[in-house]
Amino acid sequence: MKRYSFLELAKNAFSAHQNWGRQWRAPEPKAEYDVVIVGAGGHGLATAYYLAKEHGIRNVGVIEKGWLGGGNTGRNTTIVRSNYLWEESAALYNHAIGLWQNLSQDLNYNVMYSARGVLMLAHTVHDVQSAQRHIHANRLAGVQNEWLTPEQAKEYCPPLNISRNIRYPVMGGALQRVGGTARHDAVAWGYARGADALGVDIIQNCAVTGIRRTPDGAVEGVETAKGFIKAKKIGVVTAGHTSVVMSMAGLRLPLESFPLQALVSEPVKPAFPCVVMSNTIHAYISQSDKGELVIGAGTDQFVSYSQAGGIHITNHTIDAICELFPHFRRMRMLRNWGGIVDTTPDRSPILSKTSVPGLYVNCGWGTGGFKATPGSGHLFAHTIAKDEPHPINAPFTIDRFKTGRLIDEAAAAAVAH
Amino acid sequence: MLLIYCPYCQVKRAETEFHCGGEAHIARPSDPSKTTDEDWVDFLYTRSNIKGVYAERWRHIHGCGRFFNAVRDTVSDDFLKFYKAGEPMPDLNALAAEAGK
Ligand SMILES: Cc1cc2nc3c(=O)[nH]c(=O)nc-3n(C[C@H](O)[C@H](O)[C@H](O)COP(=O)(O)OP(=O)(O)OC[C@H]3O[C@@H](n4cnc5c(N)ncnc54)[C@H](O)[C@@H]3O)c2cc1C
Ligand SMILES: [Zn+2]
Repeated sequence: MKRYSFLELAKNAFSAHQNWGRQWRAPEPKAEYDVVIVGAGGHGLATAYYLAKEHGIRNVGVIEKGWLGGGNTGRNTTIVRSNYLWEESAALYNHAIGLWQNLSQDLNYNVMYSARGVLMLAHTVHDVQSAQRHIHANRLAGVQNEWLTPEQAKEYCPPLNISRNIRYPVMGGALQRVGGTARHDAVAWGYARGADALGVDIIQNCAVTGIRRTPDGAVEGVETAKGFIKAKKIGVVTAGHTSVVMSMAGLRLPLESFPLQALVSEPVKPAFPCVVMSNTIHAYISQSDKGELVIGAGTDQFVSYSQAGGIHITNHTIDAICELFPHFRRMRMLRNWGGIVDTTPDRSPILSKTSVPGLYVNCGWGTGGFKATPGSGHLFAHTIAKDEPHPINAPFTIDRFKTGRLIDEAAAAAVAH
Repeated sequence: MLLIYCPYCQVKRAETEFHCGGEAHIARPSDPSKTTDEDWVDFLYTRSNIKGVYAERWRHIHGCGRFFNAVRDTVSDDFLKFYKAGEPMPDLNALAAEAGK
C-alpha cells in the first residue's frame, strides 16, 4: 500500500495527480475463504479490516452486490454521537467514539471526523425531562452529555431560532461535544484500502444469492453471481437486506426494512457550526465541508425496498427546519435520496452468533449505525474470530427477544440519525 | 405517497389518511399460558420483511377508522389487492404471477 503523506502529495503534484494508482485491487473470488463477509458497507469493510489486522485472519472475501459503500454507508447524514440511554448502548457507542479519535491515523486515510458537537433540542416539558434523564444516565455511564439553556444553545449555534412564539419553542438542549460528523465515503474507502492492503479480497458487483449448509447444518459457503465460494465462516452485514440474506440460511429475524431519506442544499459558505437534532419535530441538520446543508428526514411507515421515500416525509422535515432556522427558508435543495434501513423492535442492533454454526449477523442498526462503524466492525471481527461475542456486544444478541432483555433505545433513536 | 383503497369506504385516498399496521395475518397465540417463549418471539417480534409481494394491515385513521388488509409489492410499492379484515390471506404467489412480479 502506498502510504499517503505530505511528501507523496507534493510528489504527485508534479504529475498533476495522474499517477496515484488504485486504492484497492479488483480481484476475482478465490475458491475458498476462511471468512466471507456479505456486504461491503462500512460495517462489513471494517469487520474485514479488523479480522486481518487484529486477529491475523487475512484469507477473507468481502462480497458486495453493488459497489462498495453504495448502501446506507454512502447515503447517510454522517452524524456521530454516543449519548444513548442504557449502559449497554453507552459501552457500544462509546467504543466507536474511542476508535473515531485516531481512525484517520490508523487507516492513513482522512475520514474527516469532526467533533463539532451534537445538540439535541427539547421543545416540551416531557422533552426536557427525558433529556435530563439521558444526561444523568450518560454521566453515570461515563458518556459526555450536558444541558444547555435556550440562550446557551443559541450561543453554541447562532442560527437557531429561540423565540418563544414559534409552534415548538426551544426549551433547551442536550449537547454532546465529542459528537459531530465524519465523511461517509472516506470511511468506506479508508477501510477498503486498509483491508485490501492486508490481503482481503473485495469482490464488487457480485450478489450473494444463497447460503449453502452442510448436512449437519453448519455453513459451507455462499452461492454468488460469480459461482459458489466455500467459506468456513460467514458474516452477514447487509443492513436493509438482512432479512433477505438470512432467509437464504432459513433464518427469520425481528427486523423490518423502511425507506429513510435525506437531502442536501446548494453549497454555501460556512454558516452552521454544529449538528442540531430535534426528536419532537423530527428534523436534523448540519453543514458538510463542501458547504451543503445536510438534512435528514424520517422513515416511511411501511416496509419497502424501493430505496425512495414519500415526498410528504421530507416536506415535514423541511417545515421544521424552516421554523428553527428561518434564514434557511430560501435555500434551494439540490438532491434527495433514500436508503433502506433495518430496524429492530428495541431500536438496538444485533451483533451476534446465530443458531447456524459458522453464521454470524451484524444488523439492526436501522437509522443510526454510521456512528458505530469502527466499533461495530471491531466487535464483529472479534465475534467471528473467537466464535464468541466481545463483552461489549454480548448483550446485543438475537436471543434478547426471547429472554426479554431488550435494550430499549426508542427515545434515543426516535429521530432517524 | 401511496394511493390506498379503503374496502369499507370504497374510496381511494392519499396515504396520509392511513396508518400502516405492519405485517398481516399474525395470529395472537390462542392459549397464552401454554405458548412457548419461541412462539411469543414469533408473534411479537419476528417479521418476514419480504422483498416482494407481502400482506400488510392498514387502518383508515382519517376516515372510517377501520382496519383492513392489503397486498403490496415492496419493491415497486404497487398494491395488488385490498380486502377486509377477517377475510383469508389471498394466494400471494398467484397474485404476484398475475401482476408479473
Ligand atoms: C438517509 C439516511 C440517513 C442516515 N443518517 C445517519 C446518521 O446521521 N448517523 C448514523 O449514525 N447513521 C445514519 N444512518 C444509518 C447508517 O447509514 C447505517 O446504519 C449504516 O451506514 C449501515 O452500514 P452497513 O455497512 O451495515 O450497511 P450498508 O452500507 O447499507 O451496506 C450493506 C451492503 O450490503 C450489500 N448487500 C445487500 N444484499 C446483498 C447481497 N445479497 N449480496 C451481497 N451484498 C449485498 C448492499 O449492497 C450494501 O452495500 C442513516 C441512514 C440513511 C439511509
Ligand atoms: Zn375507510
